[in-house]
Amino acid sequence: MRVANEFTGRISYRYDNVEYYFRLKKANDQLTKENEILKNQLPTNFFNQDTGAIAIKDSIPYDTVGTLRTYLWREAKVVNNSVNLQNNYITIHRGEKQGVRKDMGVVSPSGVVGRVINTSDNFAVVMSMLHRSSSIQVKIKKTGETGSVQWDGENPDYVTMNNVPKSVPIAVGDSIVTNQLSTLFPQGILVGTVAKIINNKATNFYTLRLKTGTNFYTLEHVTVVENLQKDEQNKLEEATRKSQ
Amino acid sequence: MSDVIKNIIRFSLFILIQVYILFQIPPLHRFIVPYLYYLYILWMPFNTPRLGLTLTGFVYGLTLDYFTKTPGLHAAACTLIAYVRPFLVNLLISQQGVDQNYRSPSATSMGWAPYATYVVILTVIHHTYLVFLEWLQFGSFWFFIGKVLGTTAISLLLILVTELLFFRKQKFRTNTA
Repeated sequence: MRVANEFTGRISYRYDNVEYYFRLKKANDQLTKENEILKNQLPTNFFNQDTGAIAIKDSIPYDTVGTLRTYLWREAKVVNNSVNLQNNYITIHRGEKQGVRKDMGVVSPSGVVGRVINTSDNFAVVMSMLHRSSSIQVKIKKTGETGSVQWDGENPDYVTMNNVPKSVPIAVGDSIVTNQLSTLFPQGILVGTVAKIINNKATNFYTLRLKTGTNFYTLEHVTVVENLQKDEQNKLEEATRKSQ
Repeated sequence: MSDVIKNIIRFSLFILIQVYILFQIPPLHRFIVPYLYYLYILWMPFNTPRLGLTLTGFVYGLTLDYFTKTPGLHAAACTLIAYVRPFLVNLLISQQGVDQNYRSPSATSMGWAPYATYVVILTVIHHTYLVFLEWLQFGSFWFFIGKVLGTTAISLLLILVTELLFFRKQKFRTNTA
């Protein structure tokens, strides 16, 4: 599988080189928009009303030694992607030699994409959110109720969130983001927005149809998120389980 | 061009077309997946021994599987139709000697009706087995029935188009030639 990965990855890379040209415009728009959002977050955009306080940028949380860092981001180019199968996978041009390992999260400029499940030297295979066994831990941004998101295989534009209590005030258009319990993603990354609320009279729960934040048809650039403290967390949890 | 070289070129062409064109088409519905790649097995020459045919089917399916990251799924279906194919050919050829006089199955060598039957039966077997394996993993009974019918319909349409576009000239071979 590993050798096959490298082989099919290389062919896909060649093919993508050609196809990428036709999508440059869209990819550009997407990246410019992301830049705009990031620029709006710069501290220089805000003026300080309190004249007594001088805005000092604390250097410690941005420290490069890495002791305080939790998430490390690496960009990657998508070389192969499908949306019309029941189990969809994405191949990215970044592998073990470039620091990608199994079980890292993958996000696009506009939302969650999936998780890394297999790697070779220069390529990695990502289980797309559009996969029948994919499950992503989420919360409702407004109220904080947690849950998980699956794909029902029907339409690549929509995913499903089950078991939302009916006591939660929810409306069409609400954002569903990744939650604080997931070790894959930092919290607050958009998964989708509520497109339809299905009210099942037999239970006390809503089923939500979400429009995915990521457009899986035109995926070009993604970012691989590494949680640097994941191993430590897993080890601790494992040790606790064993000691009981 | 010799049969071997022709088939090697066809092998890679069918795989590439399936992966980079047909799988890239935006889905119409979840039941409709445009499969064309297995036409390669239907086009293999008459004189391929059964063992060779089955093995080719397996390798061919596995190659596609490595692109879709589903090792074994398409390989199983391809091996099955490659194994069944010789039985079907024996049943369907209209007169003695067609398999000696012509190179490979086609509308000219077998006649339109037998060739259509041959294509339809193998298509149905392929899709039924493929979707059945998927169904074991997830989905409901309606998913199974619907997907078999949907993919079969679109595959038959694609095969018809391919047969009309790439008409294969078949020379009548005799012992004297």
